[in-house]
Order: sequence, then C-alpha cells, then structure tokens
Amino acid sequence: MSDPMNLFDRRLVRRHRDRAAADLDSHDFLLRETAERLTDRLDDVTRKFPRALDLGCHGGELADAIGTRGGIRELVQCDLSPIMARRAADRRGGVPTAVVDEEFLPFAPASFDLVLSNLSLHWVNDLPGCLRQIRQILKPDGLFLGTMLGGATLAELRTALLEAELAETGGASPRISPFADLSDAGGLLQRAGFALPVIDTDVLTVTYPDPFRLMRDLRGMGETNAVRERSRHPTRRATLFRAAATYQERHADDDGRLPATFQIVYLTGWAPHESQQTALRPGSAQSRLADALDTTEIPAGAKTRPH
Amino acid sequence: MSERRSTVDPKLLEILVCPVTKGALIYDAEAQELISRQAGLAYPIRDGIPIMLIDEARPLDETP
Repeated sequence: MSDPMNLFDRRLVRRHRDRAAADLDSHDFLLRETAERLTDRLDDVTRKFPRALDLGCHGGELADAIGTRGGIRELVQCDLSPIMARRAADRRGGVPTAVVDEEFLPFAPASFDLVLSNLSLHWVNDLPGCLRQIRQILKPDGLFLGTMLGGATLAELRTALLEAELAETGGASPRISPFADLSDAGGLLQRAGFALPVIDTDVLTVTYPDPFRLMRDLRGMGETNAVRERSRHPTRRATLFRAAATYQERHADDDGRLPATFQIVYLTGWAPHESQQTALRPGSAQSRLADALDTTEIPAGAKTRPH
Repeated sequence: MSERRSTVDPKLLEILVCPVTKGALIYDAEAQELISRQAGLAYPIRDGIPIMLIDEARPLDETP
C-alpha cells in the first residue's frame, strides 16, 4: 500500500452503507448479535451513563438492544451514511441523530458519559486519531465500549478468492478488506489516553448454504471491500465460481453448509479520573515489602548467597 | 419529505462543534445550517439531521 494511513476509501464506505440502508433488515443479524453482546457488557458495570453516543449506528440496532440498560437517559446516534442515519432516526423516533465521520468527530469535549460503537471502527483509516477523539468527547470516568471485526474475519472466503484469482488471472488484488490485526489494540487505547484498557475477542461462526449467500449478506450490511487500491474491475465470473468451489471443497460440513468466521474484537477503555486505580510512583511506598513478608531485605544489586 | 419533523434536537445542538476546527457553530434556523466561521463552512441540517461532513458542507464565500 502506498499510504497506510489512507487504506480505506471512506467515500466508498459511505456509498456501501447508503446502498445497504434500504434492505438492511434482511441482512442485519450480525449487527444485532454484536449489539446484544456489547450491551450485555453494560450490565456488568454498576455505574450509570445518562448521556451516551452510538458512533456508527447503522440502522439503529444498538438503540434497539440498549432499551433501558446502563441507566442511559439520552442517546445520540450517528453514522457516516446520511441514508443510514435517516433510517435509524425514523426507526427510533425522538433519538437525536447526526451524520458524522468517525475520523472528524463534531462533538464538544466531555459531552458523553458513554461512547458505544458497533462494527464500524474497522473502516476507519486513522484508528489512533479516532480513539483519541473518542476519549476527548468523554467526560472524566466515562466509558468507551466498542466492537470491530478482527483479522480472522472471513478467512475462508479470503483464501478461496485469492487462490481462485491467482489461478484464473495469474495475479491477485485485495478482494476483501483487511481487518485490523489487534495484537496491539490495548496499546492503541493506552496511547489514546484511555485508562484500564481491555481487549478481548469472540469468534462467531455463521453457516451458509453457498458462498454467494454470504457475499449477498456482506453487501447487504455494507461490508464489502473498500480498500483504496482495490482492483477497479469487478471479480470475474469464472474467478467467483472457482472460489465458490474451493470454499465448498475445503470447508463444507456434513450437511454441505459452509462456515464463515467473524472475529469480533471488543475494546474497552475509561476516560481517566482520579478515582480510578493506578500504579503508585516508584519509590513512594510507605512500608517495606520485606517487613510484610517477614524476611530480610537484600539491597538491589547485591548478590544473593545460599544460606 | 415535508411531513417529516424538521426541527433539530436542541440538546444535540448544544454539544455539536465544527468537525474540522472543533470550534463553536452558529445555528441558522432559517437556512437550516450550522455555520463554522473559522472553517468557512456551513453544514446543512436535513429533516432535523445535522450533516457534519466536510464533503457536504457549503463553503461560506458562496451564496446559498
């Protein structure tokens, strides 16, 4: 990639979502599932979050899942796609909604007690910058809870398409967007200024009768390839059929159904506040560890000898 | 189109800032725009939904 900071064509991400908005109901199962799992986590937190933001709201699935959980009194929804935002607003009458680019947040500092984001941030080019902005719009001790698709997502389809394209054309181009490798996502949260960062992942396996149904679902969710340097030619028919055959051959279960992997990455971080647990400054201890352990202290650098 | 409620939520207006400068916005109720003088941009409000995208904003030196 010539410019790793500009991996995704954001206008195309928006167009994909604009297009998906009309018939999202038929393809929103993954969004609904992760929305449930995300809001379940709110039940584990005793704090209340009166003002919350849903960043990348799609059709309003998170608002549906939240109900009265988390002590949320005011929810604001936003999405990059005006048509998606319109849909979410129509569905949830009275929920304030805006059209917002996750890379340029239009909210004043300390506006929210809670920022939620469901399956949207894997389309952001500058994730560190986006996380920093999220931290800034949170009040002190505010919570950020997000899900995004991780690197293991659609591994079966990715390999099948790559091999098919190589065999058919002798070359290959990215047909499926790369999802973030989040081995350092905790570090990203920390660098963005979040306290107590936690990253964990879940794998969801969805089975399909054939790969074309999977591809229809991906299009229906607005999740198709938006890599800037993608091939401008649509995948050839022959390549698609070859990939479908490979997928079937390699992954079909006993009933002939095909599994598709979705790796869900959960990001959790708190806006810093003095009430939170932090490590003490080195050298600030009030009592000796040796006393607590009822032993003799050996000065740093001294060699230990067997008794 | 016109049957839709076209007023923007006042609490939303309170927390919105310019996505480019993070500076204050002026609400033009008649034009249904949020104006950022610093950025020289006017963000449209359509059917009560503020469109806070730089691509969709009107440069201020143009007449609406």
